[in-house]
Amino acid sequence: MSYLDNILFAILLIVGFGFFASSVKKIIRNINLGVDVNRKDNSKARWKNMALIALGQSKMVRRPVAGILHIFVYVGFVIINIELLEIIIDGLFGTHRVFAPYLGVVYDVLIASFEILAILVIFAVIVFWIRRNVIRLKRFINPDLNGFPKSDANYILYFETVLMLLFLLMNASDLHLQNVPGGFSHFHKAGSFPISQFIAPMFNGMSNELVALLFEVFWWVHIAGILVFMNYLYFSKHLHILLAFPNTYFANLNPEGQFDNLESVTKEVKLMMDPNADPFAAAPVDENAVSSKFGASDVQDLNWVQLLNAYTCTECGRCTSSCPANQTGKKLSPRKIMMDTRDRLTEVGKNIDANKGVFVPDNKTLLNDYITPEELWACTSCNACVEECPVNISPLSIIMDMRRYLVMEQSAAPMSLNAMMTNIENNGAPWQYNQQDRLNWKNEN
Amino acid sequence: MSESLVVPTMAEMLAEGKQPEVLFWVGCAGSFDDRAKKITKAFVRILNRTNVSFAVLGTEESCTGDPAKRAGNEFLFQMQAMMNIEVLNAYEAKKIVTACPHCFNTLKNEYPELGGQYDVIHHTEFLKSLIDDGRLTVEGGQFKGKRITFHDPCYLGRANKVYEAPRDLIQKLDVELVEMKRSKANGLCCGAGGAQMFKDAEPGNKEINVERTEDALETKPDIIAAGCPFCNTMLTDGIKHQEKEGQVKVMDIAELIANAQDL
Repeated sequence: MSYLDNILFAILLIVGFGFFASSVKKIIRNINLGVDVNRKDNSKARWKNMALIALGQSKMVRRPVAGILHIFVYVGFVIINIELLEIIIDGLFGTHRVFAPYLGVVYDVLIASFEILAILVIFAVIVFWIRRNVIRLKRFINPDLNGFPKSDANYILYFETVLMLLFLLMNASDLHLQNVPGGFSHFHKAGSFPISQFIAPMFNGMSNELVALLFEVFWWVHIAGILVFMNYLYFSKHLHILLAFPNTYFANLNPEGQFDNLESVTKEVKLMMDPNADPFAAAPVDENAVSSKFGASDVQDLNWVQLLNAYTCTECGRCTSSCPANQTGKKLSPRKIMMDTRDRLTEVGKNIDANKGVFVPDNKTLLNDYITPEELWACTSCNACVEECPVNISPLSIIMDMRRYLVMEQSAAPMSLNAMMTNIENNGAPWQYNQQDRLNWKNEN
Repeated sequence: MSESLVVPTMAEMLAEGKQPEVLFWVGCAGSFDDRAKKITKAFVRILNRTNVSFAVLGTEESCTGDPAKRAGNEFLFQMQAMMNIEVLNAYEAKKIVTACPHCFNTLKNEYPELGGQYDVIHHTEFLKSLIDDGRLTVEGGQFKGKRITFHDPCYLGRANKVYEAPRDLIQKLDVELVEMKRSKANGLCCGAGGAQMFKDAEPGNKEINVERTEDALETKPDIIAAGCPFCNTMLTDGIKHQEKEGQVKVMDIAELIANAQDL
């Protein structure tokens, strides 16, 4: 008996997982380029969020059609991955359905449910494809997705369909061989095949050897396809299948209306308001102090959760479709904020890789080269995008950090906002009214 | 309407050695904007009628800093916050009610970290509690049987998850409460938040307040109820844009309650 197959398979696995591990390492490295933010508190609430929102898909079903179809695909992939374990063991040791003898009738139920899920996945994926390419829902033909993102979405759908078809074809050829009178090779009877029993007749009339060869082909293409798909994630919006879990865990737990108070500003304001502070004193020398800038102009100024958000975004566009600015024709698209952040982060990561681990300034920033002030100023901070995101991404927090940079580092607010701020500074109201007149309403009719 | 309003200030209260049950944070719009001042007065009329012990800061009140913060000016925000906190803490303020969801959100969520910890509630929650405690009874009056739709202010609804108090109050008026296609967590912004109130919109094909007013008009309302002075302005402008000011009114919930009781 030749072990060539098994060795080849082992090599394939090692290469597949090896590449994947190096991609994961890069993603983690890039996310850690962000500044620190404490999201390790209140782990109970965080686990609960992850269980409900990522595992339980609770926010997906706000849009029922897409939500339910997505659950088919999601459950399909999670459950069918259990079968992958058996496929891998069979491949490594040359066995055939190694779990069957241990599980008995449970095994039949499992295989049958995998098959039903597989057909549901195919159904859902076809509907998804139609929504994108035939019905052309607005959020899927939005210019944000021009170029690779549009193809990326379709590639994922093709991949999933092919993988599910291969899974069913594999089972069908297996079933055909299991039913050969007197048995054939090691294809002993195991499993129940509610879907592929209808595909199996297509092998009638072929020689057993040919069907066994086809089975081998389906098996190899299927497992190789999965490994390729896994490695494709790094380049794709499909990363959400992994990152949705940490992303919902580390997401903001405060009320949506609560924006963070910049600590560096608090220190300065307290100093300014301290009557005992010496205004001419030299700033205390702190060897470890990093000259902090206010707000964000590039990805390194954002916090690591915002960068994790960017990798997690699957570009579904629910945020953009609920954004009041976007609905009324403004340039702002919360989805584009996330996509730009990821694109810039990828670019910065490549720069670091090319320069032996150090970022060499490239005269580009997230602000202006990717996201324009016009987009940032169109936001009403209404939180519709945050509320809508099925995995608790906050495009709003990035918009706000970039506005802070524009205003506090560049004094680049729109004229009318500068006037509003001057009024607050001078008379404690956004309009030009005297603070002494604040109670005049009491005596007016 | 003829009886004059009783509006004590915190300074007056302190001079008498009294601490009010609640501090009414009027806000800039409520103090200066002609439309919003009517809301302020309607709310005070209810407070006077129900003998709630309250006080305002009066000339000692200053902008919470919300529009500065949302515009990106964290310095100005924190300056305002620290000054207000000093004043509030000096008066030992504990409970604050405000008719502005922006002040409400900022005082409630962003002040604690800077040293200002108060029990902050929106005026709709406060009015609801007055009814629940039997201190205020509400009848439909002139609004009985009218169709009313409620526009959720972003900073009350999504931002702080207060969806029911304003609706409960409207329903007390014996009216037909109709929901817009986008409401509660899905509510569409009026277009004023995030400091947009104080600037022109970026180029686009429509104004946000017009889009939102269309949502409201689809419900064929007699009245659009609001819970925020800025939403009120935006929707009133939207109604004018649609030339419907003869048929549809935009009113704050405090005004609905006060007018229904002929206060």
